Amino acid sequence: MIKVRNLKKNFGPKVAVNGVSFTVAKGEVLGFLGPNGAGKSTTMRMITGFIPPTDGEISVGGFDMLNDPIPAKRLIGYLPENAPSYGDMTVQGFLSFAAELRGLAGDARRQAVERAIEMCFLEAVRHQSIETLSKGFRHRTCFAQSIIHDPEVLILDEPTDGLDPNQKHEVRTLIRRMGEKKAIIFSTHILEEVEAVCSRAIIIDRGAIVANGTPAELKARSENAGAVVLRLASGAAAGVKSKIDGISAVERSVVVSESPLVVRAFPRKSGRGPEFARAVGEVALRERWAVEELHTEEGRLDEVFRDITLPDTGATKEEAQ
Amino acid sequence: MSDSIRNIRTIAKREFGGYFASPVAFVFIVIFLLLAAFFTFMIAGFFERGEANLQTFFTWHPWLYLFLVPAVGMRLWSDERRLGTIELLLTMPVTAWQAIVGKFLAAWAVLALALALTFPVVITVNYLGHPDNGVILGGYIGSLLMAGAYLSISSMTSALTRNQVVSFILAVVLALFLILAGYPPVTGLLVQWASPWFVDGVAAVSMMTHFESIQKGVLDSRDVLYFLSIIVFSLFTTGVIVRAHRAG
Ligand SMILES: Nc1ncnc2c1ncn2[C@@H]1O[C@H](COP(=O)(O)OP(=O)(O)O)[C@@H](O)[C@H]1O
Ligand SMILES: [Mg+2]
Repeated sequence: MIKVRNLKKNFGPKVAVNGVSFTVAKGEVLGFLGPNGAGKSTTMRMITGFIPPTDGEISVGGFDMLNDPIPAKRLIGYLPENAPSYGDMTVQGFLSFAAELRGLAGDARRQAVERAIEMCFLEAVRHQSIETLSKGFRHRTCFAQSIIHDPEVLILDEPTDGLDPNQKHEVRTLIRRMGEKKAIIFSTHILEEVEAVCSRAIIIDRGAIVANGTPAELKARSENAGAVVLRLASGAAAGVKSKIDGISAVERSVVVSESPLVVRAFPRKSGRGPEFARAVGEVALRERWAVEELHTEEGRLDEVFRDITLPDTGATKEEAQ
Repeated sequence: MSDSIRNIRTIAKREFGGYFASPVAFVFIVIFLLLAAFFTFMIAGFFERGEANLQTFFTWHPWLYLFLVPAVGMRLWSDERRLGTIELLLTMPVTAWQAIVGKFLAAWAVLALALALTFPVVITVNYLGHPDNGVILGGYIGSLLMAGAYLSISSMTSALTRNQVVSFILAVVLALFLILAGYPPVTGLLVQWASPWFVDGVAAVSMMTHFESIQKGVLDSRDVLYFLSIIVFSLFTTGVIVRAHRAG
């Protein structure tokens, strides 16, 4: 549904987006991750046709956003960063306006407004003017606007920003549910959100894509991914460590803490997978250790994220060195 | 085409509602009516003149509009930019010019409403004497066109900045230039050191020159064309500015 090729955007001398390419198919929820200033919003603004790219191609549902913007825009629902809306309108009036601009009229429009109000839990405030609403409601009102025409493509810029934990959960559930039938891109800097919602994630840093994969694939890039953690009720650290190091599949091991005794064993490149945990387990059994816990680490997104981006400067690690 | 008209109508309707959701429209209408009455009756001595026409009424409009119209127009685009709603509006399946025209028409309708509410002065002059109502109608049309020209300039300056005050001041300055270029005291000064064709040229771009002939009852197509070209030019420039801002 969404195809982006070699997208670039310069603001004067500043390069905000530098050669971004990806595609999103129907039924996919693509998470856009990256430190502040990475170029997430700028990329989304180009995809939605708000700002023209300096270079590159954007196609939405087969329509070229640059040469044929109106049919492309028809397919898109967009929640801009900070969820802007017309404060002087009521929630219902605003949604009705959005529906009208989307070409809905009469009963179809009324039904669309009702549906959006229901999906975004806005019933209680529908007649209230938007400027009198709390931030969470304002945010959901703008969200409701983005789904008013049941679009095939949804672009959501930090859809859970400023919401309380319950509201965050509701919005995530909503995105995941809608993601079954739509092509969705959403940006966030909350990593657990990516795992909870996305079918695929892109990490973007300093305007360029630095990682692209399913959350599981990205996590597997983490240093600790595939390592086995063993926790024992008692035991001598040195002895346990040497026994573990003796296992042929183990590359090295680290004593994480002495009491309780926690040891992390890293596999050799070839030895990743469930057999590795079994090998460690067999040794533990043989040595009659008081095992309290034994598990394989999946890796953690925040580690991967920290590893490939440098949030403070926005520079990639390689460039900073 | 029908899509365009529907989009323009939708945007205009919202904008018009926006004017009445805040006190802007009411304050404008009340102040416009008060000032119009004040200038017409107190300063110009409408009754003392004993003439059955609305010359004294229309004469002040260029000056009334100078401050009042930018006050109405200053929010047109600066507010959209300040609040970020421009990002919503321009990612909808509408073109920038539909949005520009829609918003302009809404504000123009507010001005038209204020102008229409001066109807008691028409009734009064008809009650007191036998005015040429064709001339009066011409005056109203001219006044409305002139208001539209001021407004289109305000639309242009409001697209330049997210700050309403800056947008207001820029619009007043531009409009003032267009008034003064043909204002007799100024043209009188110009004549002393510039060649007549230059003075005529400057006067030709002035609102005053064109408005004067209209309010005398001569609805010349050249005057109408003048105001319409200011509107078209300014709205076109609004589009260029809006586009340039998005380009970053
Ligand atoms: N209109 C603009 N003019 C100049 N610079 C901009 C503009 N918009 C964004 N930028 C710059 O481009 C970079 C990327 O910004 P943005 O896309 O908002 O990042 P993100 O959404 O990932 O936090 C930032 O350094 C920002 O300062
Ligand atoms: Mg952003």
